[in-house]
Amino acid sequence: MTLMKSLLAATAVLALTAGAAQAKQLVYCSEASPAHFDPGPLTGGNDFDASSHTIYDRLVQFEPGGTATIPGLAESWDISEDGKEITFHLRPGVKFHTTSYFTPTRDLNADDVIFSFERQWKEDNAWYAYLEGMTWDYFQGMDMARYIQEIRKDDDLTVTFVLTEPNAPMIANLAMDFAAIVSKEYADQLEASGDLASFSTQPVGTGPFMLVDYQLDTVIRYQAFPDYWDGKQPIDDLVFAITTDPSVRAQRLLAGECDIMSYPAPADIAQLQADQNLTVMEQEGLNIGYMSYNVTEAPFDNVNVRKALSMAIDKAAIIEAVYQGAGEDAKNLIPPTMWSYNDAVAADVYDPEKAKELLAEAGVTNLTTDLWAMPVSRPYNPNAQRVAELIQADWAAVGVTANIVTYEWTEYRERGKAEDRKGPFQIGWTGDNGDPDNFFATLFSCSAIGVSNYSSWCNEEFEDLIQKAKTTSDQEERAELYRQAQEIFKAEEPAMTLAHSRVFMPMKKTVLNYKMSPLGNHSFKGVDIEE
Amino acid sequence: MSQLQATPVADKADLGASLREFWHYFSVNRGAVIGLVVFTLLVLVAIFAPLIAPHSPDQQFRDAILTPPVWDAMGDPRFLLGTDPVGRDVLSRLIHGARYSLFIGLFVVVGALFVGVILGVLAGYFGGWVDALIMRVMDIILAFPSLLLALVLVAILGPGLFNAMVAIAVVLQPHFARLVRAAVMAEKNREYVTAAKMSGAGHLRLMLVTILPNCLGPLIVQATLSFSNAILDAAALGFLGMGAQPPTPEWGTMLATAREFILRAPWVVTFPGLAILITVLAINLIGDGMRDALDPKLKRS
Amino acid sequence: MLNFILRRLALIVPTVIGITLCAFFFVRVLPGDPILAMAGQHGVTPERYEILREQFGYNLPLWQQYFNYLGNVLQGNFGVSLATKRPVITEFMTLFPATIELALVAMIFAVVVGIPAGIFAAVKRGSWFDQLTMGVALTGYSMPIFWWGLLLIIFFSGYLGWTPVSGRIALTFFLRPITGFMLIDTLLYGNWPAFVSALRHLILPAVVLGTIPLAVIARQTRSAMLEVLGEDYVRTARAKGLSARRVVNVHALRNALIPVITTIGLQVGLLLGGAILTETIFSWPGIGKWMIDSISKRDYVVVQSGLLLIALIVMAVNLAVDVLYAVINPRIRVK
Repeated sequence: MTLMKSLLAATAVLALTAGAAQAKQLVYCSEASPAHFDPGPLTGGNDFDASSHTIYDRLVQFEPGGTATIPGLAESWDISEDGKEITFHLRPGVKFHTTSYFTPTRDLNADDVIFSFERQWKEDNAWYAYLEGMTWDYFQGMDMARYIQEIRKDDDLTVTFVLTEPNAPMIANLAMDFAAIVSKEYADQLEASGDLASFSTQPVGTGPFMLVDYQLDTVIRYQAFPDYWDGKQPIDDLVFAITTDPSVRAQRLLAGECDIMSYPAPADIAQLQADQNLTVMEQEGLNIGYMSYNVTEAPFDNVNVRKALSMAIDKAAIIEAVYQGAGEDAKNLIPPTMWSYNDAVAADVYDPEKAKELLAEAGVTNLTTDLWAMPVSRPYNPNAQRVAELIQADWAAVGVTANIVTYEWTEYRERGKAEDRKGPFQIGWTGDNGDPDNFFATLFSCSAIGVSNYSSWCNEEFEDLIQKAKTTSDQEERAELYRQAQEIFKAEEPAMTLAHSRVFMPMKKTVLNYKMSPLGNHSFKGVDIEE
Repeated sequence: MSQLQATPVADKADLGASLREFWHYFSVNRGAVIGLVVFTLLVLVAIFAPLIAPHSPDQQFRDAILTPPVWDAMGDPRFLLGTDPVGRDVLSRLIHGARYSLFIGLFVVVGALFVGVILGVLAGYFGGWVDALIMRVMDIILAFPSLLLALVLVAILGPGLFNAMVAIAVVLQPHFARLVRAAVMAEKNREYVTAAKMSGAGHLRLMLVTILPNCLGPLIVQATLSFSNAILDAAALGFLGMGAQPPTPEWGTMLATAREFILRAPWVVTFPGLAILITVLAINLIGDGMRDALDPKLKRS
Repeated sequence: MLNFILRRLALIVPTVIGITLCAFFFVRVLPGDPILAMAGQHGVTPERYEILREQFGYNLPLWQQYFNYLGNVLQGNFGVSLATKRPVITEFMTLFPATIELALVAMIFAVVVGIPAGIFAAVKRGSWFDQLTMGVALTGYSMPIFWWGLLLIIFFSGYLGWTPVSGRIALTFFLRPITGFMLIDTLLYGNWPAFVSALRHLILPAVVLGTIPLAVIARQTRSAMLEVLGEDYVRTARAKGLSARRVVNVHALRNALIPVITTIGLQVGLLLGGAILTETIFSWPGIGKWMIDSISKRDYVVVQSGLLLIALIVMAVNLAVDVLYAVINPRIRVK
C-alpha cells in the first residue's frame, strides 16, 4: 500500500512538472487505429481523422461544424454557364510540411491538384496501384471517372475540372476526404528512390498538423505545422491515444488520461455528463438507421405487409433501450437537419392491432422470416442485435416469427446485397457530404441495386425525381424534388426508417473551440486548451 | 498422472467394492463434497429451469429496463437480480443459462472423450506409423494456443453455440488422446492382456474390453477438468462475440452484450460472471476430490 | 545430450510442416473473399477483381498457392496485411514485445507469489493457511479472466483511481521504442518516472493474466513439495534431527522445483491464449489483440501468418523446456 502511494506521488509530481515545462498538448482518445495515412484509398472515419483532417487539406472544405462548403486550398471557384466546367483558383503561398524525410522546394500548385486525382483515376499512373491490392474506394465508388472528363492546368494556380454533364453535388464531393491534396514533388522523390509504399506511412501534406510518430495500435503524435496557411494552431502537440473499447475510453477520460474522446457508449453518457470536469457536446447526427425489406421477395413485395410489419414495431421502446434516448424517431430517410427534409410526412405509428388486421387482409399468417442484425456497432445503430431482439418480441405479438441472423461485417453486406436475400435487413448510413443525393441516390436508386440498395427497390417515380434533382443546379428546385421523393418513399415503405442518432463528444472543460462535425469526422483545427 | 493406475477390473462385486472405496475417500474431502452439492443443485436448476425461473428468459418488461437487484433502493421485487438492457429478468436468464453451460460442458466432454479415446487407443495399441501420425496431428493442435485455435475454427465455421462447442472439443481432445495412448502403452504388455491375447481375443475386444477399462481413473479426472475448461472457453468465445449469439441466455454472451453497462448497471455484468465462476469452481472441486480418491499415493499418506 | 536435442528436433519437422498446412488451409476456408475484404465499402469492378486475384496468386491451384506461401515463409516473407498494407512480420515484431513483456511480468508475478505460497502450504499442511491458499488457488484457477479483468478495472482504476485504465505508459512520455519492451526502454533512456509509469500500467493486466498460472503453480508446488517431503531421504534427514527449515530449504525444495519448472514452461501456450482476452480488455497493443482484430476484420494474411508465428514460438518454448528438463533431470534422456 505504501509502495502504491509513493508510486502515485512520484507520477503526480512528474505530471505537474512535465505539464508546466511542456508545450500545449491535446490528447484525443480515438476509437481505432488508422490503416495508414493516405486518405485517397481509405474509407474509415478513423482513417480520415488521422490523415485527412490533420495532415491534409482539400480544394474546398466543409465549414467547421457544418456541411456548407467553404474555400480551402482553392480561394475561389467559378462554374461555367453550361455547368460543365469548374475552375478553381488556388491559394498562393501554401507550404507543404518540412519533415525529416522531405523538404519541399516549392509551394502548392496545379500539378499537385492534378496528381492528387489522376493517381486515383488513370490506370497508367505510377501511383494507381502503389500499395499491394489497393483500390480507390471512394473515387471509384462515387463513379468520379464517369463525371470527370478532364482536369486541366490553366496556369500554376488555376485548375479546371471539365465534367461530362452538369453535376450539382460535385463541389461537395471535392470537399470529401478522399479528395485530399497531396504533394507531387514528394511523390516524385519517392518514385525516384523506388520506395512508393512510404507515401502511406510517412505522409506530407499542407494541413494544420505534421505527423511526428505512430506506434502501431497505440498512439499517434502530431505537431502543429508552424507555416500553416491559415496560421499556426493554438495547441503545439496533438496526440491520438488509440483505445478501441468505448467504456475504456470513457474511463480514460474520467481518469484524465485524455482530454476528449469519440463515440461514448450510450450507457456511459449519463455518468460523463454528471462529472463536473467534463462537458458533453451533442449534435444531431447526419445519419439514418433503417431496416430494408427486400421488395422482390414474397410477402414483402406487398406494400401492406411492409407497412404492417413496420407498424408492429415499437420504435419508441427501441430508441429508449438501444439508443438510450440518444436517438430520434426517423420518419424520413434523411435527418431533419438536412435541407429538403419533408416535415409534412406523417410520423410512423405503433399499432399492433392494425398491423394484425393488415396482415390478415394480405392473407399472411404464421409468417416466419429471417431478421438481419449487423455484427458491429455503428453511430446510426449502436447495437443491431439488441434492436433485433426487441423487434423479434414485437413481431411475435402479431404472430410473426423472426430468426435473428448475422454474419461477419463484410460478409453481412455482401449477402445483404443479394437480390434473393430472405428477410428484412438492418443497415444504415452516415452522410459523406451533406447533400441529399448522397442519401437518396446512394441508397435507393435503381442503379444501386446489388450495391447499396438493400431493398432491391426500383420505383420509377422516385427514380425520376432524384435523377432530375441531381442535374438541377437551383437548390430550392432540388429541395422540392427531394420532398416529393420522401412522400413516395413513405407511401411505398421499401424500408422501415428507424432512427437518427444523436452524436456525443465528451471532453474536459478545458478544451476550447471544439466544433462537432455533422459528418462525423473529428477535426482539431482551431481547438485550444486552457492551462 | 503417470502414477495413476487402477487394478485390472474383474467382476461386478469388485466394481462395487472399488466404488465404495472411491466414495469413502471422496467423501472425506470437504471441498469435493461441497462442490458435488453445488453441482447437483445446478443440475437440478438446469433440469427444472422453466419451473424455477420466475419469468420467461425472453420476456421483455419494457417498463423495467435495467432495474437494479431487489436489495437496491430502486429495485423491484419482481426481479430479484434486476433486469437487463431490454428488460429481461437477469435471474431467469441465469437459471436458463445453467442449461446451456452444463450442456456445453457435457457435449464437449463427450465429443472430446469419444474422439480422443479412439485416437489414443489406436495410437497406443498399434504403435508404429499409426501412432506417429496420430501423435503428430495432436502435436500440431497443441502447438496453437487453444483459445486462439478455437477462435479461428469458429471464424471458419461461423459464430454460434454449436460451432463453438465443436471448436472447443477439437482443441481439448488431444489431452484425452495423449492420456489414453500412454495408459494403453503401459497396459498392453501386462500379463492380463497377454493372457487375453493368448485366449484368442481380437484387436477390438482387446482394445475396448480388456485394456480401456483400466485407464478409466485418469480419464475421469481429465474429463472433469475438461468439463470446467469447456465452460470457461465457451464463455470466453461468447465474450469475444464468437460463441452463442444473443438473445441466447448463455452466460458468456450475456456478459459480453452487457459489458457496456458495467458502470451504469454493474449487476448485468457481475452475476453472469459469478455464475460462471461458481459453476467452474464446483466442478474443479469435484475434480480435485476425484483425483485424490483415485490416486493411490495420496491415499497412503 | 546433443543426441537428445537432435532427436527432439527431428520430431519437430513434421509438426512444423503440419502447422504451415493448418495455418494455410484454415485461412483459405475462412468465409468471405480476401479480395473483397481488401476493397472497402464500395467493392471493386470485375476487371479490377481479376487483376487483384492474379496479383495475389488466388487464381492458381490451391497446392501451388501453398507451395508459393511456404517458399515465401522460408525466405522470411510472411505477406502484407490487407488492411494496413504493411508487412505482417514488421507488425508482429512491433507488437510482440508488448505481449512478451506482459506475459513475462505476469509469469514473474505468478512465480514470486505462487512458489512460496505453495511451499508454505505444503509445510503447514492442513493448517488454515494451507486451506485458504488452496481455496484461493482453486478459485483463481476457475476464474473467467475476462470478467476478473473488468472487475479489477472498475475497482482499482475506476473506483480507487490507483492504476491507469489502459495503455502501456502515460502519454506525457514520448519515447521512441528501442527494444519495444517499455520497462527496458525507459531504463535505457534513464527516465525513471517513465519507468514507474510503465510499471503502473503493467500491474493490472499482469495480475489478470497471471491469475491462472499463479493458481497452477501454487497447487503444483504444494503437491510436488508434499511428495518430496514424504520421500525417505527427507524423513531420514528429519529423523537425524535437522531443523525443519533446513530440510525444506536444502533437501526438499531442490527436488520439488523440477516438476514446477516444467509446469511453468507449459504455461506459455496458455499465457498466449490468455493474452487474447487480457489485451482485449485492457486495450493492450500486443499480438493477442492484433490477432482477434484481424480475425474480425478478415485480414486473412495476418491471421494466416500470425497463427504460424505464434505456433512456432510455442513450439520453440516447449522444446526449450524439454531440453532444460533433460539437463536438470538426466533420467528422462534415457527414455
